[in-house]
Amino acid sequence: MNSLTDAFVGALQLILNADATLLSIIGLSLQVSVSAVALASVLGLVLGSLIAVSRFPGRSLVIAILNATMGLPPVVIGLLVYMLLSRAGPLGSYGLLFTPTAMVIAQVILISPIIAALSRQTIEDAWRDYREQLASLGVRGVSAARTLLWDSRFSLVTITLAGLGRACAEVGAVMIVGGNIDGVTRVMTTAIALETTKGDLPLAMSLGIVLVLIVLAINILAQSLKSFAERRYG
Amino acid sequence: MVESPKMIANLLPVTVRDVSVIANQKTILRDINLEIACGTRTVILGANGAGKSTLLRVLHGLVKPSSGVATSVRGAPLGDVQLRAHDAMLFQRPVMLRTSAFNNVLYATQHLSPTKRNGDGEPQAVWEALRAVGLEGIADRPARVLSGGEQQRIAFARALVRRPEVLYLDEPTASLDPRSARQIEDCIQCAASSGVTIVMSTHHLALAKRVAESIIFLHEGRITEATPAQVFFLQPQSTEGREFLYGEAI
Repeated sequence: MNSLTDAFVGALQLILNADATLLSIIGLSLQVSVSAVALASVLGLVLGSLIAVSRFPGRSLVIAILNATMGLPPVVIGLLVYMLLSRAGPLGSYGLLFTPTAMVIAQVILISPIIAALSRQTIEDAWRDYREQLASLGVRGVSAARTLLWDSRFSLVTITLAGLGRACAEVGAVMIVGGNIDGVTRVMTTAIALETTKGDLPLAMSLGIVLVLIVLAINILAQSLKSFAERRYG
Repeated sequence: MVESPKMIANLLPVTVRDVSVIANQKTILRDINLEIACGTRTVILGANGAGKSTLLRVLHGLVKPSSGVATSVRGAPLGDVQLRAHDAMLFQRPVMLRTSAFNNVLYATQHLSPTKRNGDGEPQAVWEALRAVGLEGIADRPARVLSGGEQQRIAFARALVRRPEVLYLDEPTASLDPRSARQIEDCIQCAASSGVTIVMSTHHLALAKRVAESIIFLHEGRITEATPAQVFFLQPQSTEGREFLYGEAI
């Protein structure tokens, strides 16, 4: 019990004193996760939109695969990216392994299917509602897609925030491809794992508190945005 | 009222010849023949599942016939994108974009062909359309938070602002209270009096009596009666028409 209390007090001190190591890890975490979500959003929204509004043979199978990829184990993705980026891999010559870029790549692969699958469902529901009306107004193709994306914007932002929450909390893939190098690729989740094994519980707990607060803030933001949109725009 | 559509006819009369529609191996419409002439008011009646909505969609070019032809006065098939600017459709359940009532109407002007666009005059046309449906006072309010009746009138304004030659209405008062239904009817009568051709499906017989010049009665996808409205309501010629009108088997 004492060790838990000590760890908690130590964690609060690190947070209140804006400890440089702590801030550096938080900064890198956000940098990696936000970059990954930005890229994954572009890929996921485009892919989700295309699948939502197009009809082609094997579409149901594609949707089933897309939905299944939401549950891909992060460590498997980490292993895959590791093999691609390692010196013997096809992309080894770029020297990206154990860099923040490698972590971003792994997180993009992890998050894109989530954003694509959820946005596909959202846009397809909207398309079902809007299709006849848009066709009646002569709105087609890119214009129709733009209308759907804009009118679904609040749901899509919520989906993107869900992706950000997933990215911030992820540990397996970034540990494998980032290597948890101090000051280079050490992010909150990997640092928590390392510091716990090292016995530096105050630092691990302070990172844990910040991580939980970030994830909580993202969820509150998503919920608030949805409530605001429903009140303001119906 | 929005500018009268009395212009060079690009669409009317619409001609439908031997049209059948089959969906999911079920025949929805079979061997439909009809003509919609300029300036007429036609009401399509029939029981649920008779094919009224599908017929309207064929006329509006949203549903392609499985066989037969549906063409405009110049011979273009009704699904032709060039014709889209010349007609408009009001659906039973209006779809409102997540923006203001004004922007919902403005949106309809932004996808017209260049020849029908009004450039700087578009906002003015939107105001006129909103005034025509009596909603200029709530133009800034989000469309989705309006009542069902108000949303249907916004949808009506969205149709009017395109200055259509013909207006298709698919059970436009089906889910509205009597007051809202009356307001929609006023809009329909106003559009008709300004020269817009009206083609409407409805289950509301009193509305049909007041609006229709002619009746098309559908039964299981076939036209069993196409007569002047007075004749239909006085003495329907088909057994199905009588059953429908009097609500009982004859």
